[in-house]
Amino acid sequence: MNFKKQKTMLRYGPGTRANHWAMAGAFILLTLSGLAFFHPPFFFLSNTLGGPVWSRVLHPFIGVVLFVLFVIIAVRQLKYNLLMKNDVQWMRQMGDVLNNRDDKLPPIGKYNPGQKMVYWALILCIPVLLITGVIMWRPWFAGFFPIPLIRVASLVHALAAFIGIATIIVHVYAAIWVKGSIKAMTRGHVTHAWAKHHHPLWYEDEMKKPSQRAGDENASERDTTSHHGARHDGRTSG
Amino acid sequence: MINSQNIVARSATTLPAPHARDNVVEVAKLIDVSKCIGCKACQVACMEWNDLRDDVGECHGVYDNPMDLTAESWTVMRFNEVEMEAVGGSSESKDKQLSWLIRKDGCMHCAEPGCLEACPAPGAIVQYANGIVDFDSNNCIGCGYCITGCPFNIPRISEKDSKSYKCTLCSDRVNVGLEPACVKACPTNCIEFGSKKDMLARADKRVNDLKERGFEKAGIYDPAGVGGTHVMYVLHHHDEPGLYHGLPKDPRISPVVGAWKGVTKPIMSAILGITAFAGFFHYITKGPKEEPTDEEMFGEGDDHHHVSREEEHRS
Repeated sequence: MNFKKQKTMLRYGPGTRANHWAMAGAFILLTLSGLAFFHPPFFFLSNTLGGPVWSRVLHPFIGVVLFVLFVIIAVRQLKYNLLMKNDVQWMRQMGDVLNNRDDKLPPIGKYNPGQKMVYWALILCIPVLLITGVIMWRPWFAGFFPIPLIRVASLVHALAAFIGIATIIVHVYAAIWVKGSIKAMTRGHVTHAWAKHHHPLWYEDEMKKPSQRAGDENASERDTTSHHGARHDGRTSG
Repeated sequence: MINSQNIVARSATTLPAPHARDNVVEVAKLIDVSKCIGCKACQVACMEWNDLRDDVGECHGVYDNPMDLTAESWTVMRFNEVEMEAVGGSSESKDKQLSWLIRKDGCMHCAEPGCLEACPAPGAIVQYANGIVDFDSNNCIGCGYCITGCPFNIPRISEKDSKSYKCTLCSDRVNVGLEPACVKACPTNCIEFGSKKDMLARADKRVNDLKERGFEKAGIYDPAGVGGTHVMYVLHHHDEPGLYHGLPKDPRISPVVGAWKGVTKPIMSAILGITAFAGFFHYITKGPKEEPTDEEMFGEGDDHHHVSREEEHRS
């Protein structure tokens, strides 16, 4: 696959992409119906799921779907979201990040520390939302829990949802801000230039894989014979 | 809903409710626990007037029947046997005396209703100017937040239709100048109904009477923590309301519910809005991170590709 005749490489496989967008859909439905219960000015949003009663009925089931999808993606992406070299330095240079002075930033891996914070914020929020959500879930489960616990669960559910929604707003904005990211999640591929610019350490690792280096799907056959490491030493910084 | 013109509070509504007929006298039901004989006529009258037919239960070996409030039993008698110091005896007498405390349980019609505070469905819970807190089940979504909000554990969700139900204080009867059905049926005048002012005066008399008869701690249960209630009790042991099947001593809307339904709503909504706007204006002022070109990343002449090709040839 080529964009503007640039060489591309795989960033997200079909499974990850499908999982991501199913989660995105679930998250949007949950946010809209959840905000409707949270604050009266948002009550009109309860029509998204076919009216307020349907919202009450469907919201928890969609929540379970989101949780299952999230567990799958979280497990598969865990190793890329651990703290690694340059992450702290990158965070210290948040000013450079926000002002688009990318050439001053230290090289980082598959995910930048901002993306890792999104990951860990959701690791915190989504299980909390599941547990508190089950405690509040009528008519199936709430009856088994004491009312004071349901009160705490309701408050914590709102707080966790707030953190989760704020995190996703940042996530969505970052995708719009960093051109090429949305295409990475819709089509799966990024250009070599994009990878080297935004995620140099990941790019170097990937270049050790023959299929990625060739830059298109048909190339994998040709590459079976190739076993060279990456030789791109980066003529521009970043 | 009987009347939509004298609503003073409406669930999940941030603007004023219709207020045209506010000059209504606040009503109250007074339950003099010391006069109750536990006959359950009030339970029967409630079922009859409201056309409720709860399932016929089983005998659990106690007088309580049914054992708890349900979506179709809006009032139940609570029977408690308590051993206490003999009342009226000489001060030397340390004999314990069995007391049978019977309390008619049901919605208290709080001036500051926790159910209404917690309800997310606009208009599913309303408070009339006369103080009655009523559920408009047509707007109820069955979320159970009213149960979470209530300091008295009163509302019940129906297993049949997933709507929440509780005592209406017979708002339909009161609206046309009748007393609630339970009041009408009570054979001992233990339950009385009138303006809140009159009921407080009557309760005061009754408390004085009880005090004269040795119940020194008698008092009116009209808890200030929920702004007072429109169902009040005369209790002979007002210092220990918990004796009457766990009647809370100082009921108030839980601070957890207050936090959930109070400040968090506008603050968290505002922060979410600001976050989205911050993103928008960041894009407008700083612009996006454009896709880097091969020339930028790998130098002029696109020799990035050539490098790869060379490598392949060499192998």
